[in-house]
Amino acid sequence: MFQVPNMLFALPEMVLLTMACVILLVVAFTGARKIEWVYGLSQLSLALTLLVVLWSLGDWGLTFSDTYIKDALSDLLKVFICVVNMLVLLYSVNYLKARQLMQGEFFVLAVFSTLGMLIMVSAYHMLTLYLGLELMSLCLYAMVAMQRDSAVATEAAMKYFILGSIASGMLLYGMSIIYGVTGSLAINEIALAIANTDGNETILSFGIVFLVIGIGFKFGAVPFHMWLPDVYHGAPTAMTLFIAAAPKIAAFAMIIRLLAEGLIDLQNHWQDMLVMLAVLSMILGNVVAIAQSNLKRMLAYSTISHVGFLLMGVLSGTEEGFAASLFYTLIYALMTLGAFGMILLLSRQGFEAENIDDFKGLSEREPWFALMMMILMFSMAGIPPLAGFYAKLSVIKAVIDVDLLMVALVAVVTSVIGAYYYLRIIKVMYFDKPVVEHKLEASSSMQIMLSANALMVLGLGIVPGILMKLCTIVFA
Amino acid sequence: MEKLIFYFFAAILLFAATMVITVRNPVRAALFLVLAFFTSAAIWLMLHAEFLAISLVLVYVGAVLVLFLFVVMMLDIDLAPLKEGFTRYLPLGIVVAALIVVEMITVLNAPQFDVVPVESMEESNTKMLGRLLYTVYVYPFEIASVILTVAIVAAITLTLREHKRKLQDVGKQVAVRREDRVRLVNLRREKAKGDETP
Repeated sequence: MFQVPNMLFALPEMVLLTMACVILLVVAFTGARKIEWVYGLSQLSLALTLLVVLWSLGDWGLTFSDTYIKDALSDLLKVFICVVNMLVLLYSVNYLKARQLMQGEFFVLAVFSTLGMLIMVSAYHMLTLYLGLELMSLCLYAMVAMQRDSAVATEAAMKYFILGSIASGMLLYGMSIIYGVTGSLAINEIALAIANTDGNETILSFGIVFLVIGIGFKFGAVPFHMWLPDVYHGAPTAMTLFIAAAPKIAAFAMIIRLLAEGLIDLQNHWQDMLVMLAVLSMILGNVVAIAQSNLKRMLAYSTISHVGFLLMGVLSGTEEGFAASLFYTLIYALMTLGAFGMILLLSRQGFEAENIDDFKGLSEREPWFALMMMILMFSMAGIPPLAGFYAKLSVIKAVIDVDLLMVALVAVVTSVIGAYYYLRIIKVMYFDKPVVEHKLEASSSMQIMLSANALMVLGLGIVPGILMKLCTIVFA
Repeated sequence: MEKLIFYFFAAILLFAATMVITVRNPVRAALFLVLAFFTSAAIWLMLHAEFLAISLVLVYVGAVLVLFLFVVMMLDIDLAPLKEGFTRYLPLGIVVAALIVVEMITVLNAPQFDVVPVESMEESNTKMLGRLLYTVYVYPFEIASVILTVAIVAAITLTLREHKRKLQDVGKQVAVRREDRVRLVNLRREKAKGDETP
């Protein structure tokens, strides 16, 4: 018979949902007058959620008729999602104010989107997973389109929406086929059904094709990457930052739940597909990024290449591989946060510091932030002793352990190619003469947090052991 | 007999779906969509899913499509430029579609997808669905409601423009004092240029 669910497990989601409704009401009744309050409330709600997650750490199990899971993975990812989104909001405030985008709706959508990410992270049922994904994506589409007078932003939002819908359709189709064969949508029951029966692998792999396409779209892996550069470039930078950081963490949870937990017995089927995606992403991302003169576009292509690296750990199908991928995802989120945060820091009213030329001579104007940017770029390029190096090292090690030497080789070669365009930014900052007049307008709290963000990348590179250990424990 | 009815409805459904995307007039396309929904509702009825069938008719045909028709009629979109690429992309589209159809037929022809006879249920369909929705699937059900809220918020964000009209505030008008409106200024007389030469 029906069992009353243990609601306490879902406390973070409930707290965030309640706070989101409070924010919605505050926005509705105060409008633009109390926008600072709304910002404060959003930060408070994320902080409260973070506290609840930390408070309930370690108490694991399934609830809501096995549609909800609370395990080490979900706890760790929730902590990171909350922290990352708090930083995103902090970095965005000045930028939004200068562009009349500081509207209550932005914060409402941001909080609801975070709720969607939390739901995705602890979904243990394809239905919950899909609904969480839709909740997150719907908010993101609307956020990209918020700058209505900008034709580029509208176009980006349109592309994002249409391709995102196609991806959701593909994902649903794959889920329905898998449901048709296994007779269940719950992740653990699917795994059980696959382990107990044999002979219908053809149909299951047919379903997996659609699942992988959907996942590829959401991650932006080649050949499903077409939307990514345009959206990153066209959206207002604050929105780009939001899309680039935390949703990738949530998407990582999705790929782990679907492929690594639900369909682990069919690993030989999805491994080949992921190898294709990973290799193509690394090659195309790194090569095309060289030709970009717009920093946002360059970072978009660099994201594509990072997605390739991230998939490498997953495709190895081992616990070490998953842990390496998790580590990579978290480090990637921190690095992207810093890099886009730097664009936000240097932008001001009527000026977007989004071209690489805008960073010329940064070391003369702002030696401290030039140093921070250098740390971030070196880390993205994967140069020791920064965090990006250990992330790359561990995923490459994961594929070597399962004898996929060719993939490892491609990864190494393309990361050398990739180093070129990251180093170019450093060269521009340190060896070129400044061309734009410049004055920092960002709040001191943002400057401090951005510095802390970059220094954390450095710190995690020097002492990667703690986070790496956490990632390993999650999958052990 | 049942098979015959199924194929009858399936044929109408396929025909209507094709017409939706090929017909020139958007109003007609919307009407064909109504037909497609009706026939799929009929197929659901044959599967003993009465509640879903009725809600498909009520929600989609009754509400969504009527709204859709209104929008189509009011916006008066010129569809000619939208269809320009149609013939250019048609060959490629047909090849891809044919490939997918062949793949699906080869894969889905497997014995797993044999038709299982539907057992008739002793309880009403609606009651069972309702019980499931509010017990086992209560969490997804709640998330769906949040998604609907977000949809409204997003739609309002994207369409509502702040009105910068002049509004009369009668209270302020009545409460106005002389000092607010009239300002007495002591102007020193300036010498105009013409005055210099008397």
